Amino acid sequence: MTETDYQAIFLEELVRVAPDIDADDVGPDDHIQDDLELDSMDVLNLVTALHQRLGIDIPEKDYTEISTPARAAAYLARSA
Amino acid sequence: MGIFTMPSLGADMEAGKLVEWTVKPGDTVKRGDIVAVVETQKGAIEIETFDEGTVTELTAELGRELPVGAPLAVILKPGEDMRRDPIEAEAIPPARPVSTPQPVPDPIPRSAPATGTAVMASPAARVRAHELGLDLRDIRGTGPGGVVVLGDVDGLSAAVPRSTPTPTSDGTRLGEMRKAIAAAMTRAKQTIPHFYLSETIDVDPAIRFLEERNASLSPDKRILLGALFVRATTLAAGKVPVMNGHFNEPDGFQPSEVINPGVAVALRGGGLVAPALMDAMSMTLEETMEGMRDLVARARAGRLRSSEMTKGTITVSSLGETGAEEMTGVIFPPQVALVGLGAPHLRPWVVDGEIVPRHVVTLTVSADHRVSDGRQVARFISAFEKLVQSPEEL
Repeated sequence: MTETDYQAIFLEELVRVAPDIDADDVGPDDHIQDDLELDSMDVLNLVTALHQRLGIDIPEKDYTEISTPARAAAYLARSA
Repeated sequence: MGIFTMPSLGADMEAGKLVEWTVKPGDTVKRGDIVAVVETQKGAIEIETFDEGTVTELTAELGRELPVGAPLAVILKPGEDMRRDPIEAEAIPPARPVSTPQPVPDPIPRSAPATGTAVMASPAARVRAHELGLDLRDIRGTGPGGVVVLGDVDGLSAAVPRSTPTPTSDGTRLGEMRKAIAAAMTRAKQTIPHFYLSETIDVDPAIRFLEERNASLSPDKRILLGALFVRATTLAAGKVPVMNGHFNEPDGFQPSEVINPGVAVALRGGGLVAPALMDAMSMTLEETMEGMRDLVARARAGRLRSSEMTKGTITVSSLGETGAEEMTGVIFPPQVALVGLGAPHLRPWVVDGEIVPRHVVTLTVSADHRVSDGRQVARFISAFEKLVQSPEEL
């Protein structure tokens, strides 16, 4: 899978966790907490969803690596 | 026999719009079952019944704005028969008089047939579908568990020509929610003599405890600092019962035997809800975390239950893991206390005579002076602090 694929998956899981976000409105460099207003519970739910879907277990110390869709795509591609 | 009526989901709710039946005539229900979904200023709420029996009639029409107390449905208790209880039966507004031989035409047309399965939808999706005149049942949900999300409605509506420009759904929802918050908070500040006690607490032991615990666990088993705070609030409220309950005129304070901490959840773009974690005293720390996850997910998907909206006995409002260091909150009536927690900040701290860097959190308890005094709130804070500093005991 390419980074583009991972970014698409990340966005899909993001709007599942936060159904009031419209995926079309999310930019690749939007910060999931500062711009998209995810709280720590949402971030954990997103990490859980990515683990279940991709088998990639993101440890707490790496949460900053998924702070934007673009960063998350790069991180997931590296970790796969 | 029970007449199921539009419940009040908060002291300031006057009306709600019936948007969905989750039962149909002939269904049997028990206490706690969800009967209908009502759209309120705080989003769509699942309404539970407190009666058990058989649903014999759905008297209210879908899509109508109905005042609190308006009859919605008739639920016969086991063994009851409406024809044998004519006096009670006549009390129901759309009653069929039993003495007249010819049937009275039903004044309320049956709108869409009740389906056994509820359509789950996020509040934004529900509002958008309503604006576009779309039926949620026609939309395939792609959210968790098949929840219809905003994108699903927009995806379908792209194919449907829009006849009129529609107001933004966020504007509508937020405007209504802002009104609800304004009413509740104005009432709180006008009727509750608030007083406040604060304490700054070293949370490094708690943060280390969670880091070590979470490092070896998969994401679905991890626990957040916020869950530890809710657990500490629950146990501390158990020790100081005067912080946990409801104050209503004319009875005054009624302490609650169960502890249902309301967990404040900020909604995107503004507004908040504080659904209750029911009977949190009976839960472990892990179950507290699970319960909070579920509440947050359902707050976002628009599937909170009526009991969760009304049965909170104390509120926990936490600013999360980044942000301001202190918050002095407004009590959510009819409760009598609110626990406000700032975000952790790294500060110089004195531990065993040495100045060391520590993460600290400032706890501010807002309390109702009609019910408690400073000494009792200080006891609550002391219990909370001890628990947070020995997290293994939570």
